[in-house]
Amino acid sequence: MGLHRVVIVDLGTGNLRSVSKAVSAVSPKSEVSVSADPAAISGADRLILPGQGAIGTWLNQFRQGPELEEAVMRGLRDKPVLGICLGLQALYRHSSESGGQPGFDLLAGRVRHFSEAESDFGGVRAQSGGKIPHMGWNRVRHCKEHPLWQDIPDGERFYFVHSYYVHSEDPEQVAGETEYGIRFTSAAMRNNLFAVQFHPEKSQYAGLTLIKNFINWNGDC
Amino acid sequence: MPLAKRIIPCLDVDRGRVVKGTRFVNLRDAGDPVEVAARYDAEGADELTFLDITASSDNRDTIVHVVEAVAEQVFIPLTVGGGIRMLGDITRMLNAGADKVAINTTAVNNPDFIREASGHFGNQCIVVAIDAKEVDPGPDGMKRWEIFTHGGRTPTGIDAIDWASRMEQYGAGELLVTSMDRDGTRNGFDLDLMRCITDRTGIPVIASGGVGSLEHLVDGVRTGGADAVLAASIFHYGEFTVLEAKQHMAQNDIEVRL
Repeated sequence: MGLHRVVIVDLGTGNLRSVSKAVSAVSPKSEVSVSADPAAISGADRLILPGQGAIGTWLNQFRQGPELEEAVMRGLRDKPVLGICLGLQALYRHSSESGGQPGFDLLAGRVRHFSEAESDFGGVRAQSGGKIPHMGWNRVRHCKEHPLWQDIPDGERFYFVHSYYVHSEDPEQVAGETEYGIRFTSAAMRNNLFAVQFHPEKSQYAGLTLIKNFINWNGDC
Repeated sequence: MPLAKRIIPCLDVDRGRVVKGTRFVNLRDAGDPVEVAARYDAEGADELTFLDITASSDNRDTIVHVVEAVAEQVFIPLTVGGGIRMLGDITRMLNAGADKVAINTTAVNNPDFIREASGHFGNQCIVVAIDAKEVDPGPDGMKRWEIFTHGGRTPTGIDAIDWASRMEQYGAGELLVTSMDRDGTRNGFDLDLMRCITDRTGIPVIASGGVGSLEHLVDGVRTGGADAVLAASIFHYGEFTVLEAKQHMAQNDIEVRL
């Protein structure tokens, strides 16, 4: 493997410095930058799309200029991309957060609040006494084989912190699932995209292994 | 329930050094924060909390450098508390590599700050720290606790249970509840306080103050209903490792990350 140019897309939210430090820790030779510059994003050979907080604010940042939106959307089509947290949720058609937000519609499904699960599944709180946000180390069960799962045991724990979850409509796109009152999609895959609800940059060895797998991934499943 | 209960070592930092006091006074030196943090990470800590207890504002930048240095090598969630007064203070901590900030005095002085901070950064990074002390029972004969600010020096007259519930409504993502009566005593958590708060709220609660044995950690989860337990002195002086604490909890059928 030669030198990788990794751009962490900076939409102003989340602990971007930790993502950058994690990439440098597992791949000291990679050139890592945190940037919202369309040229840098276009010139990267892989993208990490992290995000935390309110998805409405995050998407507004994304849509602030046509060049940025265009560069990221192109990357989502043709580069290996790792989405983290909002970077997973934004790939779906719709999120009920922030009064309802349209997403990129690249994966089949929608994003709901854990409290909305009550009507469909009998309720996160009712079933498990679960708190919202879902915060802490939970298990991720592998649903599909994928290069990003290499050296990560099925059922390994990762660090989660979120109040909205992905309800997938296409099982072929579900790479991993987690239980929290309900079973939700905690890792999604489609061609060059891999996206996770948990925070690999805060999930110690398991998280660093996943980031290392991403750096070495050619974008094929 | 597959979600693990968390063990969180707490590092009180004064002018760049880890210290630990008893009942908020009598500080003892417990080491370099970066070294201590790296050791807890290696032992399997689920998160780390840094409370900046530096009194003078001259040394306020010190904690930012500590967080930066820790975040370079430790890849678990970091919470920083102490001296958070403005949105800019939160930005500074998050940019340094912190994932959450713990807010106490500012929340009491201006509760709307919590609403504002949570709206701006998301509730996942806003922890409200509650320092509570038992006071005389109410007219109904039930136990009561009041909250204190400024590192436990200033009484407020505010009921701790009502405050916890109000902070949840204002957008806190988590509560860090410290019993001032127990802090540093090694007599165990104030389990009645913890249970009252965990029963009244629907956000994660971290129990703090008084851990002297591994059994106390089990009690905090089982009897107190806490989602996470925070301890300082049992880990700082090498009495128990974080791994031993987790193994003890696992033996007591508590789900932990091993």
